[in-house]
Amino acid sequence: MMVELGHFALVLALMVAVVQASVPLFGTRRGEAGWVAVAGPAAVVQFLLIACAFGALMHAYIVSDFSVYNVAAHSHTAKPLLYKIAGVWGNHEGSLVLWVLILSMFGMALALAGRTLPPVLQARTLSVQAMVGAGFLLFILFTSNPFQRLDPPAAEGQGLNPLLQDPGLAFHPPLLYLGYVGFSMAFSFAIAALMEGRVDPAWARWVRPWTLAAWVFLTLGTILGSWWAYYELGWGGWWYWDPVENAAFIPWLAGTALLHAAVVVERRDGLKKWTILLAIITFALSLLGTFLVRSGILTSVHAFAADPARGVFVLVLLAVTVGGSLSLFAVRAPALQGGGLFAVVSREGGLLFSSVLLAVAAATVLLGTLYPLLAEALGFGKLSVGAPFFNRTFVPLMIPLLLVMAIGPLLAWKRGEGKTMARRLWPAVLAAGVAGGVVLAWGGSHELAAAGGMGVAAWLGAATLAEWARRVFQNSLSDSWRRAVSLPRAAYGMTLAHGGLAVLVAGVVGATAWEAEKVARLHTGESLELAGYTFILTGLETVAGPNYQAERGTVVVRRNEAVVTTLYPEQRRYTHPPQPTTEAAIHSTGFIDLYVAMGETDESGGVTVRLYSKPFVPWLWYGAGLMALGGIVSLSDRRHRVAPPRGV
Amino acid sequence: MRPALIVPLVVFLGLVSVFMLRLIALGEGETPNRLPSVLIDRPVPAFALPELPGRGRPLRSEDLKGQVSLVNIFGSWCVACLVEHPFLMRIKRLVPIHGIDWRDKAEQGAAWLRRQGDPYDRVGWDPDSRVAIDFGVTGAPETFIVDAAGMIRYKHIGPVTPKVWEETLWPLIERLRRP
Repeated sequence: MMVELGHFALVLALMVAVVQASVPLFGTRRGEAGWVAVAGPAAVVQFLLIACAFGALMHAYIVSDFSVYNVAAHSHTAKPLLYKIAGVWGNHEGSLVLWVLILSMFGMALALAGRTLPPVLQARTLSVQAMVGAGFLLFILFTSNPFQRLDPPAAEGQGLNPLLQDPGLAFHPPLLYLGYVGFSMAFSFAIAALMEGRVDPAWARWVRPWTLAAWVFLTLGTILGSWWAYYELGWGGWWYWDPVENAAFIPWLAGTALLHAAVVVERRDGLKKWTILLAIITFALSLLGTFLVRSGILTSVHAFAADPARGVFVLVLLAVTVGGSLSLFAVRAPALQGGGLFAVVSREGGLLFSSVLLAVAAATVLLGTLYPLLAEALGFGKLSVGAPFFNRTFVPLMIPLLLVMAIGPLLAWKRGEGKTMARRLWPAVLAAGVAGGVVLAWGGSHELAAAGGMGVAAWLGAATLAEWARRVFQNSLSDSWRRAVSLPRAAYGMTLAHGGLAVLVAGVVGATAWEAEKVARLHTGESLELAGYTFILTGLETVAGPNYQAERGTVVVRRNEAVVTTLYPEQRRYTHPPQPTTEAAIHSTGFIDLYVAMGETDESGGVTVRLYSKPFVPWLWYGAGLMALGGIVSLSDRRHRVAPPRGV
Repeated sequence: MRPALIVPLVVFLGLVSVFMLRLIALGEGETPNRLPSVLIDRPVPAFALPELPGRGRPLRSEDLKGQVSLVNIFGSWCVACLVEHPFLMRIKRLVPIHGIDWRDKAEQGAAWLRRQGDPYDRVGWDPDSRVAIDFGVTGAPETFIVDAAGMIRYKHIGPVTPKVWEETLWPLIERLRRP
């Protein structure tokens, strides 16, 4: 019964979405305030209905209702509760329901929080949001119904891929979707602005919190996915340029470009067309991500739901949404006249340069991801590009970006002073020289690439800190304190995010350059040396988990006779479905990760042990965390809480 | 309307057409799961690959004659191989599976098999794609069905799943085994 109610709620939500997409738009055209006012309540009702549907599906998972096909195919009674719940979005149909749930949640949030907005802009934005929602609801109801019954019911479910039974991954999709779908707000605002034919600083200020929130979620989601791959897949890599990773990373790059371009609209009333285009592209890339993952058009580990018929539907959805908005852009964008002119060397120039570089980087990663498809369609045969392509194209784009990132915030708006800039850059030059010099002195001339990388990271970190210090420090301590407190949160946000990137870059460079690895077959009592640490295998035992059996090793790690830590790597065998997974054990000192993964035991009681010492890997997570924190701090900025004056 | 502002739309429409072509091909049962017809029903190219250290039983083209077998392309670097691996362990009793460890370090390939289990009868090491190119390998994992006469009869791209096995591979193996 509950299941049917859920299905029914989804159908009703579609009806509401159609109303929300059409009535307010006609209202704005005909000047009927009553019609325009439909948008807000409709958005709230649409969310509540989808929440009912989502709740019904989740209930079916929690009580293991195997008369529902979706539950029978993806869940199991022996699964811990957390993974039963995560099972809701661990499959194609359920993940789409989560998608529309989040979409309608953003719609509702705008309806409730957006009272400071002009009603017409709000109604138009909600209408566009509902158009996207209606498309996806149609997709669910016609090709991917999660409420389909199974008759007779299954006695037991078929389980969830054990690789995905992990707390990191349970929350990875919701975060990622909050990011992906969050960019729908910037998109809807952009389309509404094109309809209105007006983009101004007030518009940019209204959009900013939504874009920032989506960016924070996408940052967290991406890094959580990377972290999961790092400790779960068992061979210690943290980024694979896998199509599905790229599907999240490409919109992240575009969204970052959007955040920076929109600053120019907000402060200087310029770069309007570019900002609107980026808003459309960022969401288009999020949709493309959904399409790539769902259609099976690219083969990847993550593409669990590969089905061409669904692919066609998503493609049509993509073509209508993005094709329609780009057409609107082509027709209406000329009317958007930019304000202030600016010199090449200026804050605007820096923001434009970095947003263009970010967009080019997004295009490059997209090209690499789609290359097998394009090559095949153009008759070059079956080809694919791997990590070398991405490393060779992406890194050269990032170097100028990182260099300019340090300079941009030092420049004045409109026209920057070359001399002032050079004077303010000395801490960055000094830090880069010291960092590069230390690496060279310690590692010798073959560490040239690592020295360069660390130099760039130090350059960015020092320039970011120096700029903050310059804005805060005064002659007297109390003055400095006052300035530190009154400095806008957005400035702190930028400092944290840019500083976080510097930490992240140092992490990438260090983790790439100085990783050490050893593989050996060990018996109990034997030991292995790596990077100054001694790893002793002191025990091997069989332990039972809730739905798996595991071989667990005990590895004592010593350094100079002192025990550093004891690690317990596991090799698990899940029962439903039967599949082994590797649970690596990691000890992090905050600077270096000691990583132990274990293979299967052989007849003689020996076991393959793979050891890694991974300096700087923790910095990847710190850096990304700081970036996300920067976004959150910036989100709390006063100007997002205070209503902007009406009719700007 | 200024021409420059149409560029995004044109690029996007180009991209959509490419996707559409690929999807239509997919819908017609074309790629990515079928071999371009050139290699199907051709004899296996002659080769002799070295063994993985400590494992023995290297793979040569002559080893593929005499009975129907699977040739599976894998590598310790390949995520999707990890996905299909437990299933290969389950079907290894039904048909001999030979492995080609592709673009891999020999020690890592051997360690991977020790860790994940070893479903293979013979394994050849192909670090520089010499044989993989002859086979027309586009990525890992890929699985070929070779008949008793040493002819390639089918190629599957991507992980071998229970569905693929039951619907495609196993029926074909049974058919090829009939005299």
